[in-house]
Amino acid sequence: MSETAILARLTEILRDVLEDPGVELGMQTTRPEVPRWDSFAYITFIVGVETEFGIKFPLAQVESFQTVGDIVREIRTLKG
Amino acid sequence: MNWLPPPERFRERLAAVDRADPGAAAALARLADTRLGFLETLQLDRALARLPAGGLEPVRVALLASGTVEHLLPPLRVAGLRRGLRIEAHAGAYGQYRQELLDPGGLGAFAPDAVVLALAARDFLGAVPLDAPAGVADAAVAAAVADLGALWERARGLGATVIQQTFLDLEPPLFGGLDAVVPGAPARLVARLNAALADAAGGAGVLVLDAARAAARDGPDAWHDPVRWLQAKMEIAPQAAAAWGELAARLIAAARGRSRKCLVLDLDNTLWGGVIGDDGIAGIVLGQGSGVGEAHLGLQAYARRLKERGVILAVCSKNDPAIAEAAFRDHPEMLLKRADFAAFAANWEDKAANLQAIARSLNIGLDALVFVDDNPVERARVREALPQVAVPELPADPALYVRTIAEAGYFEAVAFTAEDRARAGQYAANLERASLAATAGGMEDFLGALGMTVEFGPVNALNLARVTQLINKTNQFNTTTIRRTEAEVAAIAADPDGLALQFRLVDKFGDNGIVSVMLLEPSGDALELVNWVMSCRVFGRQLEEEALNILAEAARARGASAIRAGFVPTEKNGVVADLFPRLGFAPAGEGRWTLPLAAHASRPTRIARKEAA
Repeated sequence: MSETAILARLTEILRDVLEDPGVELGMQTTRPEVPRWDSFAYITFIVGVETEFGIKFPLAQVESFQTVGDIVREIRTLKG
Repeated sequence: MNWLPPPERFRERLAAVDRADPGAAAALARLADTRLGFLETLQLDRALARLPAGGLEPVRVALLASGTVEHLLPPLRVAGLRRGLRIEAHAGAYGQYRQELLDPGGLGAFAPDAVVLALAARDFLGAVPLDAPAGVADAAVAAAVADLGALWERARGLGATVIQQTFLDLEPPLFGGLDAVVPGAPARLVARLNAALADAAGGAGVLVLDAARAAARDGPDAWHDPVRWLQAKMEIAPQAAAAWGELAARLIAAARGRSRKCLVLDLDNTLWGGVIGDDGIAGIVLGQGSGVGEAHLGLQAYARRLKERGVILAVCSKNDPAIAEAAFRDHPEMLLKRADFAAFAANWEDKAANLQAIARSLNIGLDALVFVDDNPVERARVREALPQVAVPELPADPALYVRTIAEAGYFEAVAFTAEDRARAGQYAANLERASLAATAGGMEDFLGALGMTVEFGPVNALNLARVTQLINKTNQFNTTTIRRTEAEVAAIAADPDGLALQFRLVDKFGDNGIVSVMLLEPSGDALELVNWVMSCRVFGRQLEEEALNILAEAARARGASAIRAGFVPTEKNGVVADLFPRLGFAPAGEGRWTLPLAAHASRPTRIARKEAA
């Protein structure tokens, strides 16, 4: 799966989680830049992503993701 | 959640729900009745939040926990929606359950109908040393249960039904098999604590949410995720949240009389293998000799166990009635007998029409039925025509039938009373009464021939569980539909200025058990009838007249000037819309009625009386 395709899917998931169809994500987007993407919404998003992609992020990654690009790259690694 | 069918066109259907439409709640409830994923549950919960009030029964639920529980609330609300409830949920702050109960300012203002305690074993047993002797370990467990009991008292003081979650065993194996033997081993302590809390809960009227059993079945990994625990202190993993919400909502719904009452079974390829009309009695697959035959027999055995605990059984099958009846009479392996079924619809009519007829004949709502059929076409037809009927998604393999029906929890109970044990026989006796009605000439002759006696007396500790169950389960003959906890009923019964009466009806076919309850609170020099319920089994038997005669005498003896009553209409209590004028009450404003006792004369009925000692 390409980075672009994963990014598009992450955007859809975050739109569902935040109930905001206006959310736009780029590889450089960080959490504080997205309104209402608080720590609880972050966990919900992570669980949603894990469910959708059938993966499990290691604790260290979950705690250290800085940008959306970090998440996209980790998904590519986990999906092999 | 395998018993739920997969959602079809979820997004499209969710988007199509018009929240201004009066049918919006029902449309959302149908979506809740499908196997939703994590994100779909979230979306449905949001749509529910936007819905205006109405169409669903509101319930306020406080969830107090050792860990983080916010993620459990959307699945809880969706599971409530599945049962016609609109749950307003309050999540206690992380680990603050003691403070919230001891200083219930905020919680008291929330006024919960139910308080769910989801606590961690380490809060109660963490200090027990590994080398503690048995006596010390047992004392620690006893102290933990006493501690819980104090929390329950606090929660009950808020007027709430108390629901205690069993403790999850999250400790990794330490010794191995010896963990079950060493008194101070964490696994053994948790097992002991769960056993002791169940004993205490039974006596205290506390409901048990058995998360430990569910986690033992699904596997601890399914219920507890170390990553989510370390990241966010979620003791119950988000993946298990749907299952948790379902368990909690089942109890909350059961306490409000919303559990189902009747299991309706298809015959061919459900109660036995094969098609009896084609294969003949000798050709169907049932019983010893083949695994498949034993699987079908297993379903019969489970249905019989359900009947023993008070679930009504019925048949709904496309079959020749004579052939179907003969199978129950003549097949040597048949565990269920024709007499086990309170209704038997074997014919070639549409199954939805038959289910409606079954509900009518048993005098219960369609929402009390569970319909089990191996045929996906029939299931789809019934779901479409009668969304109130629960239709489990039966797996193709009959070996899994029982598990699927059992795990759906349709018949969740909060008490097991003598009336439950006797119910199946009572419905069968009702069929005999009905045939007597058909042969007897006039109604009066029929009632006279029944030889009825009402045994009445005060509400007390001996009948409190059944009285409370009747108040909370009755939807039709229910004048106010105010639900009560056991503690509330006990408080009204204990009020020397109030009155709490229960009525048992016995006739020549048997004892119907406690079938009616009246609760009255003092109101100046009059008494206010705040609850009056009657089981649908005894409608049309003049019991309402005789119960009022008894009440009027008791109230007069108490020196009351009048009995006042309100009628609060619901979707289901139309049968009592004209009850008070019919019984001679005078109108006293909108939905209000009064019966001045000075002018009241008892009406003769065909029911004899016996006052409880």
